[in-house]
Amino acid sequence: MEKEALDDLRQVIPNDRMFLDLAERYCYSYDASFGEYLPEIVIQPKNAEEISEVIKLANTHRIPVYPRGSGTSLSGGPLPVKGGMVLDMTLLRDKLIIDRENMLAIVSPGVITANIHKKAEEAGLFYPPDPSSSNVATIGGNLLENSSGPKGLKYGTTKEYVIGLEVVTPTGEIIRTGGKTVKNVTGYDLTRLIVGSEGTLGIVTEATIRLIPKPQSKQTFVAHFNHLIDSGHAITSILSSGILPSALELMDNACIRAVESYRPSGLPLQAEAILIIEIDGHPLAIEEEINKCADICRAEGASYVKIAETEEERQTIWSARKSVSPAITQMGPTKISEDATVPRSQIPAMMERLNNIREKYGLNLVVFGHAGDGNLHPNIITDKRNITEMKKVELAVSEIFEAAIELGGTLSGEHGIGTLKSPYMEMELGITGVNMMKKIKEAWDPNNILNPGKIFPDKGQTRVVLVT
Amino acid sequence: MSPSVKPNETNAVANNLYSDAYDWTNQCVKCGYCLPACPTYESMGVESASPRGRINLVKMAAEGKIDFQKDLAEPIDLCLGCRACETACPVGVPYGHILEAAKEAIENSPSANKKNKMNKIKKLALVHLFPYPNRMNRIGSAVQFYQKTGLSKLIRSSNVLQKVSPALAQLEQALPAIESSSKRIRTGTIMPAKGETKLKVAFFAGCIMDSMMSRINRLTIELLNLAGCEVILPENQNCCGALHSHQGETNQAKALAKRNIQAFMQSDADVIVNNAGGCGASLLEYGHLLADDHEWAGAARAFSEKSKDISQILHQLGPLPFTEEWQGIVSYQDSCHLRNVQKVQKEPRLLLQSIPGVCYVEMEGFDRCCASGGIYNLLHFDESMKILDDKMKNLKDTKAATVVTVNPGCQMQMSIGIQREGAANQIKSMHLVEILAKACGLD
Repeated sequence: MEKEALDDLRQVIPNDRMFLDLAERYCYSYDASFGEYLPEIVIQPKNAEEISEVIKLANTHRIPVYPRGSGTSLSGGPLPVKGGMVLDMTLLRDKLIIDRENMLAIVSPGVITANIHKKAEEAGLFYPPDPSSSNVATIGGNLLENSSGPKGLKYGTTKEYVIGLEVVTPTGEIIRTGGKTVKNVTGYDLTRLIVGSEGTLGIVTEATIRLIPKPQSKQTFVAHFNHLIDSGHAITSILSSGILPSALELMDNACIRAVESYRPSGLPLQAEAILIIEIDGHPLAIEEEINKCADICRAEGASYVKIAETEEERQTIWSARKSVSPAITQMGPTKISEDATVPRSQIPAMMERLNNIREKYGLNLVVFGHAGDGNLHPNIITDKRNITEMKKVELAVSEIFEAAIELGGTLSGEHGIGTLKSPYMEMELGITGVNMMKKIKEAWDPNNILNPGKIFPDKGQTRVVLVT
Repeated sequence: MSPSVKPNETNAVANNLYSDAYDWTNQCVKCGYCLPACPTYESMGVESASPRGRINLVKMAAEGKIDFQKDLAEPIDLCLGCRACETACPVGVPYGHILEAAKEAIENSPSANKKNKMNKIKKLALVHLFPYPNRMNRIGSAVQFYQKTGLSKLIRSSNVLQKVSPALAQLEQALPAIESSSKRIRTGTIMPAKGETKLKVAFFAGCIMDSMMSRINRLTIELLNLAGCEVILPENQNCCGALHSHQGETNQAKALAKRNIQAFMQSDADVIVNNAGGCGASLLEYGHLLADDHEWAGAARAFSEKSKDISQILHQLGPLPFTEEWQGIVSYQDSCHLRNVQKVQKEPRLLLQSIPGVCYVEMEGFDRCCASGGIYNLLHFDESMKILDDKMKNLKDTKAATVVTVNPGCQMQMSIGIQREGAANQIKSMHLVEILAKACGLD
């Protein structure tokens, strides 16, 4: 980094929150995807004013800036792909206010999402978005990536809950968007534009999020299917019956086998699919609904249905789903986790396409995910040191995206575009659609300072490159 | 993205680390689930003080991308080794093994500064003190002399130790009253069970436990007798080698392990019992430590399989014949090595709750390291005290009059914390064995 730029930065940030040594820079070179890019400097700001000053200096000296939470991103969101400066936002965690009367929370971006869950529940309220990383991830990262989790089916994603923001713009101004009211139609909805912008349009320094009443009760059941297609029909029948489960999760046969060999617990090895369904709400209502769901599964050909009667049984059902990630990583050190999403009526078709891709390339591809909202997680387990196989993975990943879009779906349900999916943006949005987005980016960030190299592909980049 | 590169062939240490630990580091999927479990990440707030960061740095060092001394040594040195990250890790990365491989590599790297002052103190203790029970006993007797003669009061009032080293001064105050060596049970002695013999047990006395806390060892044996164990104290046993492993002195650790295996396998005991979480973890890992040694691997595995914590045995044979009612609130601080390595969590709690009259209150963050970490609190005093002071706030919230641990380091660290809070009159730190013995009328 140029001395002049560094001298200027030192006027704003004290030395103990500014890291130039190699070890610390390497520690901010990765996230939970598998890219690795070394930043030139890492800074830990403590408030919006510092960030504003840093961004202004970054514009003066043309230094790329990458905001980062806990680095749990699976799409490469915070990776410093063009060198420059990583802004570690985890020290901005002083504010977590629950406003019970207005059913709101006002939070700093570095607050861990699970802490919001906890505080909200203490007040009898509920913040639904629940990415599986919520014990680690920051709310700032969640809302810039527009994360969600199993509860997305019933409760929607992060963007449904954010109603107001304080943001440092890519040119260093501090602005406020939205507010404390659930209804707000004053001007353009900049809040929605920034949520899910993956840190390319602004750095969130405070957020106002909506909370809802905590559901009184919940019940869970599991169903085994010998034929994948039957599980697909069960999903669509349940959802068209007027019941909206709070979670509807699917594991395919490869997943079942992986979990069973990792932690034997009597899962059916011959089953092509397992569905886990959870319903929340009033105890009397869910009692009736869960029985109806179980009946539907039986009618659609489930070989086994079990409703959890105790909390322990409920945990046992979920533990199979929670073992998926550890189980599949036993099969290889590199896990490429996709989140292609299709309209839920297309789930059986998508499963079929994924099966074909697995066979065509001979890859270790397992599928699980939030089937209720069409958000599948095809995971390819490989070893990035195996160059020949990685080349096949690149082709397979491209075909997964193509399949999702052909079936009327999207590239990403909850992980974001980041570096991995940018080459496919045109496939989903068309060239005019992408150009419209680019115009917004250019207007907000004329010097392309904030999180460059994300969402939009570099010139001539037409597919993902996993190995060079 | 840069593909993984095999290190420069000339760098022998990197090569060794590559073959020892590289595959383990590659198991890490960088999900970050370890971050909230890590006490140093919480207190220092930088990624290099997190398990994920440290694993990545070890990987970078093995690939020859960073320097062992300049870049890797400090982040590794600042790790407490509590291994809470292993319990949190969804994919089972063997962090403890990576950490020890890294320490060994740093210790052997060509640029290692052997003249480092701290290194000298470490070496002195590790090489010339802990392995020798006689020397440890002499120190124990010296400390007892120091405490008995009033010299300790003089030193404390003069504040001289505080000027030399705040860390030592704190430790000195936390030292338990040492029992006279005449009460110490001699090795080779067999102590019969009270009543029917349910189990034959060989007791691992440890080095610090044996010299500084021989009272707790004596009470351990008496409790075991009371619970129906015939206890033998095998001759020629010595330090478990945990501190050596933690400091990268793997060869010394292996030599100590072999001596212990030899000493214990000669006895025909059903179980090898210890009363210090850190030692227990080390004994449990002899199988791993000597896995590549064809001559010793089988015996080491057998030894590890027989090794149990005192709480497991007392719980298994219980209930204990309590004779006294306990007054007041009791809380428990997990020993990291008991909880995260030996996976013993419920037994100490159940034993405490079984004492008549005890009101047991769980402390927030009970599973968080107290930052004693072997000799971490001596080597990294400020970092350690920051973590400890946070823990003390949680302890105060329980309103406990007694905080119980199952490891000498943790117990002393708790005493230091209590003194720092000025709460010595309200809270007492005890070993699980002490409180159980007292409730059983032993002492």
